[in-house]
Amino acid sequence: MLTIKNLHAKVGEKAILNGIDLKVNAGEVHAIMGPNGSGKSTLASVLAGREDFEVTNGEVDFLGKNLLELDPEDRAREGIFMAFQYPVEIPGVSTINFMKTALNQIREYRGQQALDAVSFLQLMKEKMKLVEINQSLLSRSLNEGFSGGEKKRNEIFQMAMLEPKLAILDETDSGLDIDALRIVANGVNKLRNKNNATIVVTHYQRLLDYIVPDYVHVLYNGKIVKSGSKELALELEAKGYDWIKKEVAVA
Amino acid sequence: MSKGNQVLEEITSKEYEHGWNVNLEADEAPMGLNEGTVRFISAKKGEPEWLLEWRLKAFRLWEKMKEPTWPNVSYPAIDYQNIIYYSAPKKKATLNSLDEVDPELVKTFEKLGISITEQKRLTGVAVDAVIDSVSVATTFKEKLGELGIIFCSFSEAVKEHPELIKKYLGSVVPMNDNYFAALNSAVFSDGSFCYIPKGVRCPMELSTYFRINAANTGQFERTLIVADEGSYVSYLEGCTAPMRDENQLHAAVVELYTMKDAEIKYSTVQNWYPGDKNGKGGIYNFVTKRGLCFGDHSKISWTQVETGSAITWKYPSCVLKGDYSVGEFYSVAVTNNYQQADTGTKMIHIGKNTRSRIVSKGISAGKSQNSYRGQVHVLKRASNARNHSQCDSLLMGDQCGAHTFPYIDVENNSARIEHEATTSKIGEDQIFYCLQRGIDEEAAVALIVNGYAKEVLNQLPMEFAVEAQKLLALTLEGSVG
Ligand SMILES: Nc1ncnc2c1ncn2[C@@H]1O[C@H](COP(=O)(O)OP(=O)(O)O)[C@@H](O)[C@H]1O
Ligand SMILES: [Mg+2]
Repeated sequence: MLTIKNLHAKVGEKAILNGIDLKVNAGEVHAIMGPNGSGKSTLASVLAGREDFEVTNGEVDFLGKNLLELDPEDRAREGIFMAFQYPVEIPGVSTINFMKTALNQIREYRGQQALDAVSFLQLMKEKMKLVEINQSLLSRSLNEGFSGGEKKRNEIFQMAMLEPKLAILDETDSGLDIDALRIVANGVNKLRNKNNATIVVTHYQRLLDYIVPDYVHVLYNGKIVKSGSKELALELEAKGYDWIKKEVAVA
Repeated sequence: MSKGNQVLEEITSKEYEHGWNVNLEADEAPMGLNEGTVRFISAKKGEPEWLLEWRLKAFRLWEKMKEPTWPNVSYPAIDYQNIIYYSAPKKKATLNSLDEVDPELVKTFEKLGISITEQKRLTGVAVDAVIDSVSVATTFKEKLGELGIIFCSFSEAVKEHPELIKKYLGSVVPMNDNYFAALNSAVFSDGSFCYIPKGVRCPMELSTYFRINAANTGQFERTLIVADEGSYVSYLEGCTAPMRDENQLHAAVVELYTMKDAEIKYSTVQNWYPGDKNGKGGIYNFVTKRGLCFGDHSKISWTQVETGSAITWKYPSCVLKGDYSVGEFYSVAVTNNYQQADTGTKMIHIGKNTRSRIVSKGISAGKSQNSYRGQVHVLKRASNARNHSQCDSLLMGDQCGAHTFPYIDVENNSARIEHEATTSKIGEDQIFYCLQRGIDEEAAVALIVNGYAKEVLNQLPMEFAVEAQKLLALTLEGSVG
């Protein structure tokens, strides 16, 4: 589904990604871990098409298309979804209205008819149940005055609505108490199937108890320095990141 | 009368006597403004003597006044002698189909979602009889007539209801109120008059759209709405369709008058030609709008969506004379390219327990300048007056400007005045968030701007609100990135 080869990116003069290689197949869950500042969010942003970052080298193939050539909105329409680490507020725009606009633009891109009000409402009700979110939150201004947990749950609700092929969750666990974490993880798990894939960015192992990954990668200084199975996450939890840093220094 | 004025008067009337030929057959007044022009206009309209005298008085006052320089706008000096102040309403050339209309205009209509019929009406294409607005208007008028509602052109009202005009003309905006109001009082071309009798709730939105002969009311429009005790009316001015107009200077006057327990809701969408991308051309819009809440428990509410004109100078105001009267002002003003807007409101609290509410949302893009200017004045006897003002500015890009000039003047210390102001920028983060959900940039800007202006747009009548939303997006098209 997604093949990243030797990806380099910088912001201004500062190189942040220094040669990333990663392959994600349909049906898989990949966790990307690493200490703060190692470039996890940057990788997510580059995949989503944020223009602040300049790709200086490398290739990204997404379902046979050169992802780096697509505009950010077209990447979304092709099936890439990013749950933001810090979702922004849009005053006066409800989640419902936001999703209606998004869904219809995506459908138009795919040559489908706009959803009528009844079908939209039906879809919404179904997805609301999935992520245990209530309608009053969805009628409020997007993310305005939402608690940390509500913001993250709202991100997962949007993901459920848009049914992406590849979802990138950036630190979706941060700021969540254990109940909220379980609800969010449950939502993600219910949305998993053999045709889609998920990249979970986190620096805590905790989330991975709920969303069990097929692969774990450690990102450090803009490079994937170690990959393994879910046991790697446990090892990181026990030993911390210093161990990885030392290994990198030795090599 | 001072000697100087006497001489002035002699000269002007002399000019009229000799040099100035009143040719009533002419469709147009000769260029320039003097007493003769005023007499010409009045004669052309077959006005009674008292109205001519009223105009002349205004003209003489205007001559002694100075154009205001305090608004935060700049424009080349207007040569008031280089303007034609009256031209007979001309029938637009009738076109056979929309193919003959400027394609740019048609494109804009389409983006606004204006129906084909409406497009034809606006551009002067012949419309078939069944949906002809004239027949709609006739039915409409009959219905209003049954309720005793008067809704007609100003000229018609002068003829049919002189006692009402005599009583209320200039009662809210005195002729010497300001430079442009005086000018309008001297030379006003036409406009609308509306009277709602006691206890009548007008069952439909009144809009000039439904008024026969509404076209070509010219650059000096005059509107007067009187709501008698316990009545209610919602009035719509303008439309979202782009208005091409040859006249550069517009100076309208709107007067609203509510008696006890009456309410007037006045909504405007202004979309006049703003000039091109380089700031060439465009309309200068200097409007005086004021409402007088004369009776106790009366209410006046102004809602405006201002997107057009090169220069806007406009402060719809409320004079809260009746006890417990309420004034509201909801405004969205958008400026793009080189547009300049200086707009806001005045809330004058005279009666006891009067309340006012101001919600102003400025949006500036391009190289435009957008100023909010608001005054809240609580007079001595206005005990327990309350005001809440919310003035927000939204900036797009970094070459535009937003300014806020609140003036608060309180003479009674039981007043409660709250003023909040914010300035924000459309963030790249917000745009990117939308893009990431598959929403393109144009739609993203529309979404964000409409969200920002929601509190005001919600005040508009339903259909108008939908069009206004599209209009905001259209005005700002291409102003990000
Ligand atoms: N827009 C930016 N401008 C400058 N530096 C940035 C920007 N975004 C990220 N960085 C820097 O890039 C590095 C990686 O950041 P980030 O990708 O957010 O790391 P992580 O998500 O792994 O904590 C950090 O040193 C951060 O300060
Ligand atoms: Mg991060």
